[in-house]
Amino acid sequence: MAEFLQFAFSGLTVGAVYALVALGFTLIYNASDVVNFAQGEFVMIGGMTTVFLTLAGVPLPLAALIAVVAAVAVGLSLHRFAIEPARGASAVVLIMITIGASIFLRGAAQVVFDKRFHSLPPLFGNDPIRIGGASILPQSLVVLAGAVVIVVLLWVFIDRTLFGKAVIATAANRLAARLVGIDTRRMGSFSFAVSAAIGAIAGILVTPITLTSYEVGTLLALKGFAAAMLGGMGSAVGAVVGGIMLGLLEAFAAGYLSSQYKDAVAFLVILIVLFVMPHGLFGRAKIERV
Amino acid sequence: MNVRVLLNSRLMAIVAVAGIAAVLPAFFPSAYYYRVAALVFVFALAAIGLNLLMGFAGQVSLGHAGFIGIGAYAVAVGPTHFGLPPWLSFVAGAALSAIVAFLVGRPILRLKGHYLAVATLGFGVLLSIVFTNEAKLTGGPDGMSVPHLVLFGWAARGSETWYWISAVSFMIGAALALNLLDSPAGRALRAIHDSEVAARMLGIDVARMKLTVFVISAVYASIAGSYLALFNGLITPEVSGFLRSIELVAMVVLGGMGSIMGSLVGSAILVVLPQALTFLHDYEHMALGLILMGVLIFLRGGVVPSVAAMFARRRP
Amino acid sequence: MAIKRLITALGVTLAALIAGGQTASAEVKIGAVLSVTGPASFLGDPEKKTLEMYVEEINAKGGVNGQKLQLIVYDDGAKPSEALTFAKRLVDEDKIVAMVGGSTTGSTLAMIPVFEEAQIPFISLAGAIQIIQPVRKWVFKTPHTDTMACEKIFGDLNRRNLKTIAIISGADAFGKSMRDQCVAVAPKAGITIVHEETYGPSDTDMTPQLTNIKGKADVQAVINTGFGQGPAIVTRNYRQLDIKLPFYQSHGVASKQFISLAGPAAEGVRLPAAALLVADKLPANDRQKPVVVSYKNTYEQKSGQPVSTFGGHAYDGLMILIEAAKRAGSWDKAKVRDEIEKTKDFVGTGGIVNMSPTDHLGLDLTAFRMLEIKDGDWTLVP
Repeated sequence: MAEFLQFAFSGLTVGAVYALVALGFTLIYNASDVVNFAQGEFVMIGGMTTVFLTLAGVPLPLAALIAVVAAVAVGLSLHRFAIEPARGASAVVLIMITIGASIFLRGAAQVVFDKRFHSLPPLFGNDPIRIGGASILPQSLVVLAGAVVIVVLLWVFIDRTLFGKAVIATAANRLAARLVGIDTRRMGSFSFAVSAAIGAIAGILVTPITLTSYEVGTLLALKGFAAAMLGGMGSAVGAVVGGIMLGLLEAFAAGYLSSQYKDAVAFLVILIVLFVMPHGLFGRAKIERV
Repeated sequence: MNVRVLLNSRLMAIVAVAGIAAVLPAFFPSAYYYRVAALVFVFALAAIGLNLLMGFAGQVSLGHAGFIGIGAYAVAVGPTHFGLPPWLSFVAGAALSAIVAFLVGRPILRLKGHYLAVATLGFGVLLSIVFTNEAKLTGGPDGMSVPHLVLFGWAARGSETWYWISAVSFMIGAALALNLLDSPAGRALRAIHDSEVAARMLGIDVARMKLTVFVISAVYASIAGSYLALFNGLITPEVSGFLRSIELVAMVVLGGMGSIMGSLVGSAILVVLPQALTFLHDYEHMALGLILMGVLIFLRGGVVPSVAAMFARRRP
Repeated sequence: MAIKRLITALGVTLAALIAGGQTASAEVKIGAVLSVTGPASFLGDPEKKTLEMYVEEINAKGGVNGQKLQLIVYDDGAKPSEALTFAKRLVDEDKIVAMVGGSTTGSTLAMIPVFEEAQIPFISLAGAIQIIQPVRKWVFKTPHTDTMACEKIFGDLNRRNLKTIAIISGADAFGKSMRDQCVAVAPKAGITIVHEETYGPSDTDMTPQLTNIKGKADVQAVINTGFGQGPAIVTRNYRQLDIKLPFYQSHGVASKQFISLAGPAAEGVRLPAAALLVADKLPANDRQKPVVVSYKNTYEQKSGQPVSTFGGHAYDGLMILIEAAKRAGSWDKAKVRDEIEKTKDFVGTGGIVNMSPTDHLGLDLTAFRMLEIKDGDWTLVP
């Protein structure tokens, strides 16, 4: 039982990060149909900027704030200078543009920051909390709480405000949204800004646990994308569930089956889920019009 | 422009490339140039296969490096562990790739768009994990050495030899691909690309067509992988990784989806750029990312189709 | 008009290139292919910095054998195929006379045939024993082998009378290679490996694997083979799970950065490492002391980063080469190679090097010190 609990804690911690990255994928996809593989770089920018500002003597809360603003600025420029000019290009071309952007951002990070790994001090110390023979770090709870807060805020915002309704309308039907007077381009840049902010916050929260470096984005993008697809592209609930599930799968596979093949197990399950449910757990089927 | 003229111009393109490939070595100052050019042709071969899948059948794959891995490890594992001659391992690798593609293609190709992307990605990652972890067979993360390809007592070694092998193979691969596109199957493919539903209405067995192209593209990748391994004399799991798959897709998209010669141009860009940009040192990756983005934004159809369109516009 | 100007410009450029080529020939070219970016940038980055700062220093003093050095570094991103291409480029285009580097075993093994064929001395900075076994005429290396690290750890285990252990290894080239070597030499040392776990090189939580190790009653100590950030996370998770068993890391974490990343969790961790890490704590009569203190100070001053033994390997490689060239009295490749092989009593950061025609590494177990982390710093285990 203690083992089971320990694996679950591990899975939840890792899964919360995947969930936040997947949420970023979903937001941008909904507003602009772009699968943004530079999503992992937002996480990196959040973590690395905070690290370097604190090293330079900036107090942690201010450093974190600046890091989020920096990530948002990068997200907005990405939309303005790379996605907007390529409007109308095919989905694959747009994906490759975001991959180009992620290569550029990684290259910039290795010059602006450095190539080493860094950490941040945890908010509530390093002493693990022990529950039922298992232990979890206070920072893991911070990450989970952060994920919950972000999801709730997002839900309130999208469900309760006019602007949020416009986002939903854009996601449902771009053309119709434009016809009723919604500035869909603004929706696009808005989604990039919010995704960047979520990514950066995730990066700041997890750095005390997972460490960060200029290259952490690649793997996070891969896992986040997989999680988003597992949950069903376009579904916020799906992104969160997909992320947590992926984290738990990896942890349980590493604990009970084989640590060598834990990633393989995770991807195998994703494949099987997609074979049974071709639109992920919460995705809707798009009807092809002829 | 009718189809025949178009195809003739495509065949002309192969002849032109063959001519260039034959003359080019006269300008090569050293074996290093042969090596880079050979790599361009090897990756172009893999890109042709993926281009058939992406540009003509309209199906994306983010896991094609997995097939490169199968081909590469076949020529390493076959001779080392099973005593097979390299050429037979080469054939066995291509056959194995075809079988694997046939088996996984059925369920995977039922998926659409980004779901297909993530499924192929997962498949590629699975293969890569196997290559990394089955160390007894594959040598693990450090990889294993690959014996030379020996045909009738003659060993294929050296950059110059491999330049000719890969150039000729590319021409054959490109010609076969064009031949396929010119066949009724090719027309069916284009119909699928335009609209699957419409193609089905026309009585095209869409699932079977897609599967066929997937298998063909896997064989192209596998052959390229075998060449790469034999040429390098060493193979590591990195060759089958996610980043290599992305690189292949980038080659297809940069050169131009649906353009066989585009595959060569895309491969040339991505193989030569890292060599050309070394003078930038730490700024190399920034430049690479910017160039990638710039080309895709301004020539979004890919280099070859965009340039062709520009010429077509100029000539009334 | 414009065309004429263009031709003139081209002509001038060409002349400049030719002239540049001539002045460059007065310099002797040293090549390096390092994994400056990618999963092994942990190794390549300090190696590149080290080579650059010392070549500059040597040139400021007038060079070697009357010739200044020109260092040409390429980044292979830890991809052996790229390394091979760059190796060809160094040989065919840049016309180097000697080669230092190859950060990873994969890249080194890929490049060996190129330098063997071109008959250029090649000093690798990678770990695995396959690089120098069997001995190849033109290939040398400076880092200790994984086998030696395993033997050093097993020796310490025997001293503490611990016989049954668990290994948790990173699924990267370094972790895997050392794990294999440890498994190979364990029986000889009387050590039994009762449980094994692995983790991916980019994993961020290893508590499931460690939970499994914790559940095994007969494990008396745990060894973690791996490099990069993985071991830091393993160490944190180890303390998080409150595992009390003696814990060993490998020489792959031999940088102050490990202590800062692992934080208080690193207390009590032991590892085999070169004297470089404890430069200040070495007794005054230790022969390595002046060398390691000087390198540590130079590196930390110029790069602003804590010293690591990986940069030290590059220092050793460059200096072995330079001294061989000085003894040879010229940059003749064959003569330099012969002199490298005759390296005797060379005091480097990694240990005291004595090469021979049958040993192209020249280090023995005394090169490794057993260290323990106490109060956030390295200490020598007596």
